[in-house]
Amino acid sequence: MDPTPPTYAPDALPDAETLYAALRDAVRAELDRLPPRRVHLVGIHSGGAWLAERLQRDLGLPGQPGTLDISFYRDDFDRIGLHAQVQPSDIPFEVADRHLVLVDDVLYTGRTIRAAMNELFDYGRPASIRLAVLVDRGGRELPIAACAAGGRVSPAPDGNLVLARGEDGRFSLTIEKEPTHG
Amino acid sequence: MANPQLNRNGELVHLLTTEGLPRDIVTHILDTAQTFVPLADREIKKVPLLRGKSVFNLFFENSTRTRTTFEIAAKRLSADVFNLNINASSTAKGESLLDTIGNLSAMQADLFVVRHEASGAPHLIARHVAPHVHVINAGDGRHAHPTQALLDMYTIRHFKKDFSNLTVAIVGDILHSRVARSDIHALATLGVPEIRAIGPLTLLPGGLEQMGVRVFTDMRAGLKDVDVVITLRLQNERMRGALLPSAHEYFKHYGLTHDKLAAARPDAIVMHPGPMNRGVEIDSAVADSDRAVILDQVTFGIAVRMAVMSIVAGTQA
Repeated sequence: MDPTPPTYAPDALPDAETLYAALRDAVRAELDRLPPRRVHLVGIHSGGAWLAERLQRDLGLPGQPGTLDISFYRDDFDRIGLHAQVQPSDIPFEVADRHLVLVDDVLYTGRTIRAAMNELFDYGRPASIRLAVLVDRGGRELPIAACAAGGRVSPAPDGNLVLARGEDGRFSLTIEKEPTHG
Repeated sequence: MANPQLNRNGELVHLLTTEGLPRDIVTHILDTAQTFVPLADREIKKVPLLRGKSVFNLFFENSTRTRTTFEIAAKRLSADVFNLNINASSTAKGESLLDTIGNLSAMQADLFVVRHEASGAPHLIARHVAPHVHVINAGDGRHAHPTQALLDMYTIRHFKKDFSNLTVAIVGDILHSRVARSDIHALATLGVPEIRAIGPLTLLPGGLEQMGVRVFTDMRAGLKDVDVVITLRLQNERMRGALLPSAHEYFKHYGLTHDKLAAARPDAIVMHPGPMNRGVEIDSAVADSDRAVILDQVTFGIAVRMAVMSIVAGTQA
């Protein structure tokens, strides 16, 4: 990962738009290394899907990004069951032999990313998968790393980082109390 | 009144009937099914949700379509599926229903899909299984066939989008039909303002009006301006009793033809739970027309059964 994303103290986390600008620039640099027209963004519901949608537009990529709802691939189904609002996954392009950039809002344990990669392979065998996240909050439980991030926060804030999208399309980040698996 | 299919938090542990099934659970099932439909277009049509779980299809009564779609649904959820043809096995040797269930539970069953000729058999099983075991009713006697009703609701929602302005007619042998009963409960729960039952008096049960159903014995009057026609299978054995004169006579009055269907709205859809008796309850010309959504029902049935299995399997008793 280069350049290394800035690390922030939990009480000094910049606003989501600043983080997004850094993420966008990092993703642009990453895409420059990949063969054009064989690259697709895939956003994870719901924050990652919003980010992928905006990146697609801001980076001038053709077509639509894919979206994934990883509910059917979670590793904690036995404990928490199926949550109420499952969205359909939608991958409107061939996955086989393409370079995919998985986009999510917060990278934490890495379990969501594992589930997303498992799901992607059920669509075909991609040439490669990269990971771009708005915030890397540490706390990994799996060997997973992002190649592009808007920022790192360390140590992790006390609670859940939640991305919201306003009516004008602008992002905001809030910290919610109850921690869940991310 | 305690609902045996829900846990203390009101979540779905078993699916036994659409009667008393809360609207938000019905909607959750339909929404979840909708996310499973696009799987059919993927290279790998499976998700790992029920990996390592054992699903036992217990069919005490014959069925091909329902059993097969449950089997496909369980396999697409990555469960291990075991089909038991009970008629040919232990029951014939005198084993009781609960002993059969006890034995299969000892084989680490996680989910039972049960069809039984006795109304209430799935309820009985649900009361006796361990807390982590789930039961889905795949048709019990004349009582209920909830997954058929839910796939019917899915099909109606797919083609009509909204339930709040619909007129739905169920045609045929309502008296013996668990599909009709389950459909009526589900349609009422989803807020369908007009539910009609059409059939000869001998095949219409009492008490339909109390369920909010308008009863018709005349086909054209009953079909007037309906949005959805659900045609029921006429079971041949009814003809042997005194309930009906002949298949020919039945077709003349209640067989769905284009001529009778002309009374319905021009965009009305025709449904049938299968298997169809062409020339008895439905004319081939209708069954094969673009008004019929009978094969869509079969396809949606897989997604709906996947949704039901994944929701109950993820709920603690």
